[in-house]
Amino acid sequence: MSTESAREITLTVNGTRCTRTVPVRKLLADFLREDLRLTGTHLGCEHGVCGACTVIVDGVSARSCLMLAVQADGSCVETVEGLAATDEGKTTLHPLQQAFWDRHGLQCGFCTPGILMSLQELLRNSPSPSEEDVRLTLSGHLCRCTGYQNIVAATMDAAATLRGDRG
Amino acid sequence: MKPPPFEYHAPFTVVEALRILETHSNARVLAGGQSLMPMLNMRIASPDHLVDINRIAGLTGIREEGAWVTIGSMTRQREIEFSPLVRARLPLLAEAITWVGHRQTRNRGTVGGSLCHLDPSAEQPTVAMALDAVVEIAGPRGQREMSMRDFAVDVMTSALAPTEILTAVRMNAWSARHGWAFLEFARRHGDFAIVSVAVLVELDGQQRISRLSLTLGGVCRTPFRLRASEQALTGMQGDGIDLAPARRECDGLDAMSDPQVPAWYRRRVAFTLLTRAIPVAIERARRGRNPR
Repeated sequence: MSTESAREITLTVNGTRCTRTVPVRKLLADFLREDLRLTGTHLGCEHGVCGACTVIVDGVSARSCLMLAVQADGSCVETVEGLAATDEGKTTLHPLQQAFWDRHGLQCGFCTPGILMSLQELLRNSPSPSEEDVRLTLSGHLCRCTGYQNIVAATMDAAATLRGDRG
Repeated sequence: MKPPPFEYHAPFTVVEALRILETHSNARVLAGGQSLMPMLNMRIASPDHLVDINRIAGLTGIREEGAWVTIGSMTRQREIEFSPLVRARLPLLAEAITWVGHRQTRNRGTVGGSLCHLDPSAEQPTVAMALDAVVEIAGPRGQREMSMRDFAVDVMTSALAPTEILTAVRMNAWSARHGWAFLEFARRHGDFAIVSVAVLVELDGQQRISRLSLTLGGVCRTPFRLRASEQALTGMQGDGIDLAPARRECDGLDAMSDPQVPAWYRRRVAFTLLTRAIPVAIERARRGRNPR
């Protein structure tokens, strides 16, 4: 094929509507990173195993390395950049992000963006998850430095905060 | 970019999709993408045309029709996992589906995609074989149906022609009092199974096995029904059942072999899992617990 086939797509990313023309074979992950410069979404294995590139598409978590950008045409995509709130230049971390910070839920941080998005989905659907639920969600992610214990602890903390159980 | 270049088609109807498949050579259907996308990223697959059927309406949904439950081919594994109908009528599928990948892949992966991909260790083809499923296929000459037994031809090879699309799978729901068990052995949860077993059983009034289905995944080149064992064990008392016929049949299997998992190991794990799964299924049948 001599000319690269491309299409115009329109989607909503973290609440912002955007229209771009993309090669049809471009992965959603590469589109987010290269075209939208949202480099918070990381690419590890690029074949759906490690979970680093996990984003939320139309309310459910998905591997952005296993979706074409053209498939997200018309969709609502949420990435890690959408978690923290910014108000008049002041950034407030999402309770999940704050709990990861407080509980040492990350070390190098490479896998963290994907994990945060999966946990965001979990906490939206089950505000009071068991540790087992958290571990099942984490089974779709690989972390090679921190270990998972602190991630589980951070998630239980974040769930309590989001429920309003503590300040 | 990771995938090789291709032309992209996103039809809105089955008719349109079939026309594209018929008029373009080296075309592949893209369903949930949880197997084909990795193959594209690794350039194991290099289709000239990708026919994305995600925007076709009417290929999703789970419905009950008498003794059958029909599942649209583009029904996501997530929907199967949370379906009260599947839990009530196809508890084997409900149990097996949580072994399929992870939450993040089940959200997009489809039942039809898995059946067409036909990985020997995949859970859904194994369950379809256990439940005597019938696949519904649309092609240039109209609809046709086929048993799962005929559909599963070889490793990652179905009987689907390049111009055809799988539209639905019908699974045979057993009686409300049947027992079931799905077990699998893998190095990590969510990995491809080294061996999986699917067991369905019904007991008569004297607690004797009146109907039995035993299926192995990951052992042979396609999901394998242990028909000799099914026959030998039917009529036996469920309590303290003698599994010698199953051991004999497992020992004689033409099992796959690779450097990590030799054939003798697959055969041994297959029998071991059967010794665990069959009593669970019998116990559930005895309790007659209808999850509905």
